[in-house]
Amino acid sequence: MIRVVVQTLVLLAVALVTLVLLLLATGHAPGPALSAMASGAFGSSYALLSATPVRAIPLALAGLAVAIAFRAGILNVGAEGQLLVGATAAACVAALAMASPGLPALLVIVAMLAAGTLAGGLWAGIAAWLRARFGVLEVISTIMLNLIAHELVGYLVRGPLQEPTRTNPQSSTLVEALHLPVLVEGSRLHAGLLLAIGLAVLAWWWLRNTASGFRLRAVGGNASAAASAGRVNVPRVVAGAFLTSGALAGVAGAVQYSGVTFAMYENFSPGYGYKAIAVALLARLNPLGVLVAALLFGALEAGANAMERDAGVPNVVVSVVEAALILLVVAADRWRARTGNSTRE
Amino acid sequence: MSDALTLGTDFLEASVRFATPLALASLGECVSERAGVINIGLEGAIICGALGATVAAGAVGVGFGFAAGALAGVAIAALFALFTVWMRADQIITGTAITLLAAGLTGTLYRSTFGVSGVALSTPTIGATAVPGLSAIPLLGASLFEQPVVTYLVYALGPLITWWMFRTHAGLGLRAVGERPQAAIAAGVSPRLTQTFAVLFAGAMAGLAGATLVLAQAGTFVEEMSSGRGFIAIAIVVLGRWHPMGVLAASLLFGAAQSLDTVFQSMGWREVPYQLFLAIPYLMTLLVLAFASARARAPAALGQRELTEK
Amino acid sequence: MTAAGSPSPVPLLSMDGITHRFGPTAALDSASLVVRPGTVHAVLGENGAGKTTLLRVAFGMLQPDAGTLRWRGVVTAIASPSEALRRGIGMVHQHFTLVPAMTVAENVALGERGRYDPSRAAARVRDVAGQSGLTLDPEARVGALTVGAQQRCEIVKALARNVELLILDEPTAVLAPQEAAELLAWTRRYADSGHAVVLITHKLRDALGVADDVTVLRRGRTVLATPARGVTESDLTAAMLGEDASTVRAVRAARGVMAGPVVLSARDVRARDSRGVERLRGVTLDVRAGEIVGIAAVEGAGQQQLLRVLAGRLRPDAGAVVVPEAIGFIPEDRHHDALVLDAPLYENVALRDAAARGGHMRWDVLREETRSIIGSYDVRTADENSSARSLSGGNQQKLVLGRELSGGPAAIVAENPSRGLDFRATAAVHEQLRLARDRGAAVVMYSSDLDEVLLLADRVYAMHDGVVHETARDREAVGRAILGGALPSGVSVP
Repeated sequence: MIRVVVQTLVLLAVALVTLVLLLLATGHAPGPALSAMASGAFGSSYALLSATPVRAIPLALAGLAVAIAFRAGILNVGAEGQLLVGATAAACVAALAMASPGLPALLVIVAMLAAGTLAGGLWAGIAAWLRARFGVLEVISTIMLNLIAHELVGYLVRGPLQEPTRTNPQSSTLVEALHLPVLVEGSRLHAGLLLAIGLAVLAWWWLRNTASGFRLRAVGGNASAAASAGRVNVPRVVAGAFLTSGALAGVAGAVQYSGVTFAMYENFSPGYGYKAIAVALLARLNPLGVLVAALLFGALEAGANAMERDAGVPNVVVSVVEAALILLVVAADRWRARTGNSTRE
Repeated sequence: MSDALTLGTDFLEASVRFATPLALASLGECVSERAGVINIGLEGAIICGALGATVAAGAVGVGFGFAAGALAGVAIAALFALFTVWMRADQIITGTAITLLAAGLTGTLYRSTFGVSGVALSTPTIGATAVPGLSAIPLLGASLFEQPVVTYLVYALGPLITWWMFRTHAGLGLRAVGERPQAAIAAGVSPRLTQTFAVLFAGAMAGLAGATLVLAQAGTFVEEMSSGRGFIAIAIVVLGRWHPMGVLAASLLFGAAQSLDTVFQSMGWREVPYQLFLAIPYLMTLLVLAFASARARAPAALGQRELTEK
Repeated sequence: MTAAGSPSPVPLLSMDGITHRFGPTAALDSASLVVRPGTVHAVLGENGAGKTTLLRVAFGMLQPDAGTLRWRGVVTAIASPSEALRRGIGMVHQHFTLVPAMTVAENVALGERGRYDPSRAAARVRDVAGQSGLTLDPEARVGALTVGAQQRCEIVKALARNVELLILDEPTAVLAPQEAAELLAWTRRYADSGHAVVLITHKLRDALGVADDVTVLRRGRTVLATPARGVTESDLTAAMLGEDASTVRAVRAARGVMAGPVVLSARDVRARDSRGVERLRGVTLDVRAGEIVGIAAVEGAGQQQLLRVLAGRLRPDAGAVVVPEAIGFIPEDRHHDALVLDAPLYENVALRDAAARGGHMRWDVLREETRSIIGSYDVRTADENSSARSLSGGNQQKLVLGRELSGGPAAIVAENPSRGLDFRATAAVHEQLRLARDRGAAVVMYSSDLDEVLLLADRVYAMHDGVVHETARDREAVGRAILGGALPSGVSVP
């Protein structure tokens, strides 16, 4: 545990050095840039209560989705699409609810989240079925489903879901009564945070302490040993994990819709589903670690925006830092695997 | 009548135009996947190629722009190869990182050099070159043979890669590596060198695709201008059943789907849900994946990390 | 020159004093082999006698620690398989290295340079196959071929490189009887056309049927090198099995406690392997409480499938199987089938009942159980939190054994339980299997080492070609039966 923390800190330091070098290379003074970044991420109550955590929430939920799938040995690259259909389903529920006013707000909110969960699960279910029935590589099928989800959203926000004036390609704005409750007065911090924390703790506990969570980990660790030594029904465990993963990504979309964007539009997700892979990996696929990694990514992105605003550094520089983090984690793992092999026996 | 003809020509011309960068990237990905490496970092190689082309074309000239685009693609692919081929890291995770890295790098460099979303930068472009004779064919001539030269490169590369893949021993070795690396090793073919070559080639092709977007189409660099083409290329390779000529046909289909928008607009059909047409090729891809015969399946060792069986 | 009185002037290949060590154990201990041109040369020996190792040295896959190799009478060092091929030595391994998705012609051409012309490649395959008398469709996809045709493809691959010496490693193990007969007949014709074939086998009939010369290895040494003419099966058996064959090993007295009721039983069981080849062709056997039943077999006799059927891990195609609910299974490949290497030991112990568990994992109980397994099975490790990967092979096996034996299963199925273990670890594994038997478990075990089977088993079934016969616990009888030799008539079944 301590070793993982130390290692992650070292990786962060290396990523930070990468950032400094990149800043120097592009002619930006690192000092002011980094201090703008730090204050944008942590330096104010707005940063601490809104900018950083609000950015972290969708990454945490989608990161959990990726972590669960990868733990079961499923390469679900489809969190992006599952998140999009989840958000879309929530927007559909919202449209129906706004068309018939008078429904209890809480009921509608729960229905939106449930619809997102279900839609994400079903969307992943397509890939799960294709894998189980036809042996289709889930890497390819989930990428296809991401692209299809993207076109689906594009169609809906110009068609059935488009706002009444039909000027902008987006859904009508969610009425305030149906927003996810704000946790701290005056901030943008919404109840999705509690959901993310709750689900992360639940997922952590489930994987660790229940028989079904253990089966999932065993299948991911060595499917043939799980089948042979544990007589585990591997296809069933895989399907269950895939659906769960999709459901988590779906709820991430529903939460982002009802807590942040309040509308559905084409570029609803700036690649949350792909950044979620980075988050999950940095967290070593540990659900609690996902919370921390998502917060780190949220802070990086909040800080990057402040850096652009206050120091004129392009905010996309943060993607380089995130990519460097993934590559460093991968390199460290491969290095450990290699040295581990050579020291054994 | 002549309206319909014009529309047909326009539609075909647009389809080929949209298809050209897709075909470049997909042909590269096809070679890479045939060697067992699935590169979802292609998106990153395309955007790197686009920026490389922009810079070099502005500074030196259009021809250098294409070369620089290809080189930029090779550079980012080299990083991918280092991780996946030599360190045997997971291809999907590395590809994700590469895409993220390329988006960040190009965005940072572009904005730092040319200003934050600043003055629209315009580069020289290559115009269409009519192929004497062929371009006079009604309907097809104007659409297929009055295109930028890169399009003709695509026409040439399809058959050329097919020939190389199926009519040379090196191509045989490439396919063996993607199917069963141990068999390749036993026959004296090095999977690592083969895969490295394939990944770098795919990088060069993706870089060319990015250069095409800038130098033959947009005339400028826009962040995120690759807009998912790297992922679409993966779909095209599947729909093209991992065969270069199939990949060409599938590229044209995807290009056609993308150009429907223009057709609908010129016809004044604003209500047609063209996004649904855009989704059709992906659905076809999924169907191909599910129901393809054994011959059209993915290379058996695609995405495999280890080169040896237990 | 060590022409060793052979009638032909210069042997094609002669190996002398070849020693090769894997770690501390010598797989080859000054072995020798002389192959004359124009002959089929059978290399015989039990599992682990060093046959394959010796010929891998000839093919350049392994480098000898001592000894000399002469090729056409000239001392030669063969550094790699590609060099062996260049010099004219080809080898077809037991596990084929073919690309199933490619055609025969493509597989044969793999590894060459320059242009590839399918029709020329096909013509070449037809030529090579035709000249050597093999039937092979150059345009067929290898994945669609029968195992026999795949083997012919491997042979043609070697012949296309103009080899003069063709080494076939257990070529008949994967073949149906008809195919095997055809292959052997082919080797005869091929040798008659002036080439040489080395046939690695443990089937006496194969050897005596076609071979001109026979070399027998035992424990890494050449114990017999003779023309095949005039040699009998029992001569060969004696050479393969050694002194033990003549002096029948003293059979331990029947155990005082009579074996109990039948716990595991199979009746006319048929089953296929993952490739769809029928491996069990009507197996009937019983294992009773309180006995160890040993399965003796050579590679590919169907023992893998039999053990999995008895362990409830493989559903038979036909026949009746009775297996108890609680059954311990110790598979041969612990890394693949028994352990999650990166998980801690207590989770590996928990794996045993993974499917049956519900609700909450009682980790405290499982940790306690793991600690007790670590203690009573002498697993050398820091504690139960260590990863399985951090353990040595012997300790991994002791952990698997402990997991499968604790809780007192009614039956235990063990496959090569001491594979890769040193002497002490092996002794510990044997001790645990005996203790389980004494406790009243029905134990069935297979080992590729015949001596291990005879050492442990109360009763022995010899397995050959998908069927089993109960055989006296007698080394010679069992050795004969598993090699496909005639069953000693009137075997008294205890």
